[in-house]
Amino acid sequence: MKKVILLCIGIVFIGMLPGRLQAQDFLKNAQITGSFQADAALYQTDAAMGITSQSLNGQPIRMNGFTEFNYEYKNITAGMRFEAYLPPLLGYDPNYQGAGVPYWYAKYKNDLLEVTAGNFYEQFGQGMTFRTYQDWTLGYDNSMRGLRVKFMPSKGITITGVWGFQRIFWIPYQNNNRGIVKGIDADFNLNDIFNALANAKFKITLGGSYVSDYQAGKTMTYPIGDKIYSLTLPENVACYGGRLNLNYAGVNFYTEYAHKINDPSQMNLYIYKPGDAILLDLSYSKKNLGVEIKSKWIDNFSYKSNRSYTINGLDINYLPAINKEHTYALSSMYPYATQTTGEVGLAAGILYSIPKNTKLGGKTGLSIAVDFSQVNSIRETPINDTTPVGQTGTLGYNTKFYSVGNQVYWQETQVEISKKFGKQVKGIFDYLYQTYNKAVVQGHPDDPIIYSQIGIADLTYNVNKKLSLRWEVQGLWTMQDNRNWAAGLMEVTISPKWFFSLQDQWNYGNSDASKQLHYYNVAAGFVYNTTRIQIAYGRQREGIVCVGGVCRFVPQSSGFTLTLTSSF
Amino acid sequence: MKKTSLLLIFLSAFILSFAQSEDASAKRKTVPDVNIKDIYGNVFSTTKIENDGKPIIIDFWATWCKPCVRELSAISDVYDDWVKETGVKLYAVSVDDARSMSQVKPFVDGKGWNYTILIDQNSDLKRAMGVGPIPQTFILNGKGQIVWTHTTYAEGNENEIIEVLRKLAKGEEIK
Repeated sequence: MKKVILLCIGIVFIGMLPGRLQAQDFLKNAQITGSFQADAALYQTDAAMGITSQSLNGQPIRMNGFTEFNYEYKNITAGMRFEAYLPPLLGYDPNYQGAGVPYWYAKYKNDLLEVTAGNFYEQFGQGMTFRTYQDWTLGYDNSMRGLRVKFMPSKGITITGVWGFQRIFWIPYQNNNRGIVKGIDADFNLNDIFNALANAKFKITLGGSYVSDYQAGKTMTYPIGDKIYSLTLPENVACYGGRLNLNYAGVNFYTEYAHKINDPSQMNLYIYKPGDAILLDLSYSKKNLGVEIKSKWIDNFSYKSNRSYTINGLDINYLPAINKEHTYALSSMYPYATQTTGEVGLAAGILYSIPKNTKLGGKTGLSIAVDFSQVNSIRETPINDTTPVGQTGTLGYNTKFYSVGNQVYWQETQVEISKKFGKQVKGIFDYLYQTYNKAVVQGHPDDPIIYSQIGIADLTYNVNKKLSLRWEVQGLWTMQDNRNWAAGLMEVTISPKWFFSLQDQWNYGNSDASKQLHYYNVAAGFVYNTTRIQIAYGRQREGIVCVGGVCRFVPQSSGFTLTLTSSF
Repeated sequence: MKKTSLLLIFLSAFILSFAQSEDASAKRKTVPDVNIKDIYGNVFSTTKIENDGKPIIIDFWATWCKPCVRELSAISDVYDDWVKETGVKLYAVSVDDARSMSQVKPFVDGKGWNYTILIDQNSDLKRAMGVGPIPQTFILNGKGQIVWTHTTYAEGNENEIIEVLRKLAKGEEIK
């Protein structure tokens, strides 16, 4: 905090200096960028939904907001982000309550070197060993505070070193409440390094990384039921990996493998098994055609800088879900999230655009996408005859590399067709079949597996150059959970400034008639260059918002919301 | 303590923005120097974003972002004409992360888009350019200065983009 204040005083001081001084250069030739967002809500009680003033904690007015500044002058960049949650919106961790500057940094960059002091976001490879990032809508931020050095000794080589601790809400770093994370990564582009390969069609990049998390404490006691375990802990948990990318014309192959030493934690219920993870990805594409197939296998690979955490936070690595991310209301009702303790997944997709003026494509062309994904458990066998699988204080279980278990966590088949009808009308049509293991993904052991079929039609009609209308009609049919849903949306946009929308999600199939609710929503928005204001009124159904591998539970709510975003 | 620091932050921000607006007419913003990736995963320095003195569009998007895909598809239908008329080059900067990054190339090819694709998988450029929700579109003049920017996509926004490009092609100033 003190540092931030000093920084501010410094900036203010420079800003107030008379124009003739050298400092003027700092302003004249510098540039400032930044963004701003405020999400405010006025929640209401709603008898039908069971929302009372008690469930709102007597705090019906809530707000999340941030402002971020970046200041760039020649080789130097500095910036900060101010955040306020007063109090946090429903569905965000109450630990966010408060305001302050959780993110600030100064960076120096030239052709050879880049040094960052303060907070930074970084990822090694695809993040299997290390990734820090921030996602405002998720309320997720695991930024590192410390030092980062990137060294680019010659073309095609980048060496990155990081050293610091991670952010969690507003909790200050003290008393060993999280680990110190150190890491090094090297990235090599062989075509750039070796002159002989410079013009080769075959492109090779490879890389490797080593990460270590130091959390003090050699022993701990861990009670389960009536038994108390005395555990010896590794103070340094190392994780390392390698990756390779091969490309030839339209074919691309990527693989990444990582290994983690024993890391007993609350996530794996304190077992001593090492962890492994592997990702394989093959794609081929040419004009109008894209095909991809990928697979991953994860065994005991949760990696956090506090071993007692199970909540979203302090993740050192990133293991995204293999299935496609959906944005329509009903196709995203049952979102899958990676099971970091173990899963095996396969995904395949094809996208083909049938060109204009062909038999199938018609006058305007047609685009068709087919996607499939499935995730299963891995096969776990006992380490000996007397120890049950997952027994705390032991190696936990045995598994073979790339073993596939019987339990299905997720499966999805999706067909999507995008088609233009003449110059003014276009449509997107979706059919999905999803299998969702709610018991595993959401941790509700008694819930049955949900099998659902989803149909979506999304039509846009451009009335003229400025005015357009858009409709969505959606249905979700299942015999489990809350059963059938229907949803509709009508949107009017007047380019480039205005939009209005009216939507409803109706749980008409709920077996409990009193829960056959309409979740209606009316919204209006105004956009001016980079500023956007949206006001909405309505009901929000309970659900899960997932971005990447992280999900956030959103409780049901009712009332007004105001969103303001701007950038400069 | 907290209040004072907050006050100071706002004050410094205010002074900075004031200082900025004073000479905004003299100097426009340019693209910050950030290392991101090209479509093959190689390091790409944003200082290499250029188009021989002709206008440039930079569009932040992701494969899962429906309005982004709508915008890039709409521009794709008229892109060849735009290039002929104004010499424009479009850089489509994907902010897809590890989850969907590998889909970017098959997706772009499958859609038949002719853009230069860049990958900003940890949102470094997005943050440096102050981009909030996507899509956000920037137009750069021949000198690499940002002359126009817009967030979100509404059907028909592409008509505004081509108007700006036409002015740039004629050498007119954008206010």
